[in-house]
Amino acid sequence: MSLYEWLLLLHLFAAFALVAGVTAYSVIVFSGADAAQRALAPTAAALWNVGGLGVIVFGVWLALEVEGYELWDGWIVTAIVLWLIAFAAGGPLARSVGDGSAPSEGGRARLLATVMILATVALLLDMIFKPGA
Amino acid sequence: MTSAAIRPDAWDLPLFVHVAGAMFMVAALVVVLALMAGALRRGAGADVLTRLAFRGLLLGVIPGYVVMRVGAEWIASKEDLGDSNASWIGIGYSTADGGLLLAIVATVLAWRAARRGAAGPGGLGRAVVVLAGVLILAYAVTIWAMATKPD
Repeated sequence: MSLYEWLLLLHLFAAFALVAGVTAYSVIVFSGADAAQRALAPTAAALWNVGGLGVIVFGVWLALEVEGYELWDGWIVTAIVLWLIAFAAGGPLARSVGDGSAPSEGGRARLLATVMILATVALLLDMIFKPGA
Repeated sequence: MTSAAIRPDAWDLPLFVHVAGAMFMVAALVVVLALMAGALRRGAGADVLTRLAFRGLLLGVIPGYVVMRVGAEWIASKEDLGDSNASWIGIGYSTADGGLLLAIVATVLAWRAARRGAAGPGGLGRAVVVLAGVLILAYAVTIWAMATKPD
């Protein structure tokens, strides 16, 4: 496998992990079940952190490796901004799920989860459609 | 350096449908595995976790599969790959079609486990965990095949 194929594969694995993390947090928040929080919180945190770090590291590496892509391309800048938005929402949500306060926060936790979901879907749209590329 | 692959704009929407469906399906499988494993470990809340795992299969994995599979046919027709003998296409079809059967079996087992209520999921739950694990591994191989496209 070439370096490009390795980077693409790891970027994709990270993206799948990130989506799984968002899904796990969504189940915790929207089910409102304490048992779900206890069972899913460690998995959600691991997937969200590993996936989030992976997509940005391997994504930037790919942008540097592939001829024709630059870090300042509009769709890549958009992706980085969306990643920051997702993590700005995901950080507080992960903390509240981790310390068990998410169910009592109700609306705030649901708002943060919704922002994570929308930013992640927008990231996927941006990656596929590559506006301006 | 590798040159950027240029894809016709008309392929973007079917590719998005395919990838989004696949991501949602795999994400739901991971969550189902974690929920059912949690149900097997814990006494309190095991019935809630088992019910959530069943719903994850019924409302997450199966619909995600349908979206992924529709997207796959759509993008294959756009790329004129319907009759391709490329091994990465074969891996995709094999894991998709075999995976559907395993997902349906897991859903039925999870439904029966959920009906056990407070008694916990027992052996049915363990079978769901194994099936979900096998499916996740199979789809990891599929992601490799889709990303590297071996001949």
